[in-house]
Amino acid sequence: MTDQAAPVTAGSQAAGSFPGNEPPEVLIGYYREMVLIRKFELTADQMYKRAKIGGYCHLNLGEEATVVGLMAALQEKDYLFTNYRDHGYALSRGMDPGRVMAELFGKSTGVAKGRGGSMHLFDTQTRMLGGYGIVGGQLPPATGAALALTFRGKPGPDAEAVMCQMGDGTTNIGAFHESLNIAAIWNLPIVYVIVNNRLGMGTTVEAASGEPLLYKRGASYRMPGERVDGNDVVAVRDAATAALDRARVDRQPGLLEVMSFRLRGHSVVDPARYRSAADVEEAQAADPVPAFRAQLLAAGVFTEEQAVQIEDDATEKVASAVAFADSSPAPTPDELFDFAYATPVANAPQALPGQPAAAREPRL
Amino acid sequence: MPTTSYRQALNDTLRAELTRDENVFLLGEEIGIFEGSYKITAGLLKEFGPERVRDTPIAEEGFVGAAIGAAMLGMRPVVEIMTLNFSLVAIDQIVNHAAKIYGMFGGQTPVPMVIRFPGGGGQQLAATHSQNLEVWYAHVPGLKVVAPSTPADAKALLTAAIRDDDPVIFLENLSLYNTKGEVPDGEQIAEIGKAAVVKEGSDLTVITYSRGTVIALETARQLEDEGISVEVVDLRSLRPLDRETFCASVRKTSRAVVLEDDWLSYGIGAEISASLMEGAFDYLDAPVGRVAAAEVPLPYAKALEVAALPDASDLVRVIREVLDDTSFSR
Repeated sequence: MTDQAAPVTAGSQAAGSFPGNEPPEVLIGYYREMVLIRKFELTADQMYKRAKIGGYCHLNLGEEATVVGLMAALQEKDYLFTNYRDHGYALSRGMDPGRVMAELFGKSTGVAKGRGGSMHLFDTQTRMLGGYGIVGGQLPPATGAALALTFRGKPGPDAEAVMCQMGDGTTNIGAFHESLNIAAIWNLPIVYVIVNNRLGMGTTVEAASGEPLLYKRGASYRMPGERVDGNDVVAVRDAATAALDRARVDRQPGLLEVMSFRLRGHSVVDPARYRSAADVEEAQAADPVPAFRAQLLAAGVFTEEQAVQIEDDATEKVASAVAFADSSPAPTPDELFDFAYATPVANAPQALPGQPAAAREPRL
Repeated sequence: MPTTSYRQALNDTLRAELTRDENVFLLGEEIGIFEGSYKITAGLLKEFGPERVRDTPIAEEGFVGAAIGAAMLGMRPVVEIMTLNFSLVAIDQIVNHAAKIYGMFGGQTPVPMVIRFPGGGGQQLAATHSQNLEVWYAHVPGLKVVAPSTPADAKALLTAAIRDDDPVIFLENLSLYNTKGEVPDGEQIAEIGKAAVVKEGSDLTVITYSRGTVIALETARQLEDEGISVEVVDLRSLRPLDRETFCASVRKTSRAVVLEDDWLSYGIGAEISASLMEGAFDYLDAPVGRVAAAEVPLPYAKALEVAALPDASDLVRVIREVLDDTSFSR
């Protein structure tokens, strides 16, 4: 626990965390995932502008090291809840990029069968239980998932745990405080992760938060709070792993604040004119993807040719994801009521617009 | 058949379901040590322990949402909210999450949970503690809303709600807890989505639910002495709404009055009236009568509270008006 942590400078490397003794294949694996997210998100941006994707579309551009570091800490048996900026998490968690893109395209082959869209990626196989569009909405259910784990297993190094990701703006909503309090009094195996990209839409953390050092908010619930550099994939992984271990072994819930940057606007359609040139420049200078690439090259972890190969592979993967999404069927109107209820029930409404709710019975 | 109270029927059913299925657990404010604000959970903490009869902090959004997450992992939580009024601070979790998770995520994870709370005014609890907002929940696809009026239905509908894989809002009523009735022994599982004709009649149909059913049955018995034959339909399920049962009844009687505890505008009576336009228009001999609460924040003063809430005398008056409209002869 580093409760005394000072604000971390963007792009810094925690001492000794890299290259350290990390096996090259592990580092290369992280780079591969980061590049896949980068290419996927840049393509999603294009597809949105070509009207292949509708609604809201929030990208993880600039948060790749954060996403990959967090997902590296999470084990297969663990559960993940996130907010609506969720594409990278779905990919890193192991969802097929084609099915993720198909969800963005609103196709039947999407991970939520085209019912959820960009903000609501969900897959029981990889135990990512959403993608939530309401700020703070995912916190109480994530907390309850951790409660369910206490019914079905004992604490220990092999126990399951829950990770609940959120943005910095979420720390001001009631659900945040109610959930952390409940996790604390019931000793739940959960780690709450704040991805602090400094902006809640256009409002800065300082303008929105009575305590802008967000990791300190755990103190109200005697919950260890820690801040880590979100551009350092290994540091993120290690901090998250330690917090998850405390959740597994000690049933000690934790709060992890990951300092990151948003390279673009809040969503695809936001030009982010409220950001100063200096702010944008700082974010771009801290861009974790080229930075990690340069570090790996400098450390001799891979060669330029290998890096290019990884990038080409990602481009190809994303291209085939788009092709899969494009060629997939859209759901048809006769499927509209397919998931109305899990337990079928008498008199469930099935009227389409303009149709009567009660069968018309003219008197003859 | 044994006679028991509505309160005891709920308590017995919770005990039976906790015993039957280890995934069932209860959570809510003051349900353990305090045994529930209305003592519905009396004795259960002692019997099942603090993990399965779990006292929560005063944090409805937090604990209702926690029940959702537990349900997503296969538990079957039964949440008690002290009164309907306090469910409003959990409404994001109920409407934006419990009601959405199964459909919005493509049918991957059901949310098998029950949220119990009493509605009802008439106890001088003033404006914020006396509301009947069941129609808010009945409006929302993804939820099921049931409202038992008798101890037997309390048992059979609660059993059905706990075993159902969808989020079920279970509406109780403060004035019903002490009412008594026959409750069959053994397992009883109601069919959610079905109304019941609880008294047959030929002259007029009263369509109602929860507390209203008790009033309607009493009123029907009174009017019987005057030669007026009232049929009473107890909706039992507000979502889904069994339109066919009440439309069929009105096609028989040609006259309808709705007795509802909620406010008049946009209320349950409005929905029923519209459904009767579709399912019984040609059969109606008079406009549908509606008996609902006056549209004010419910005052504390007894005289004003009584004036605002629908009661048996209001129902009798409206029944007579509808009959008079159609030159009904006794």
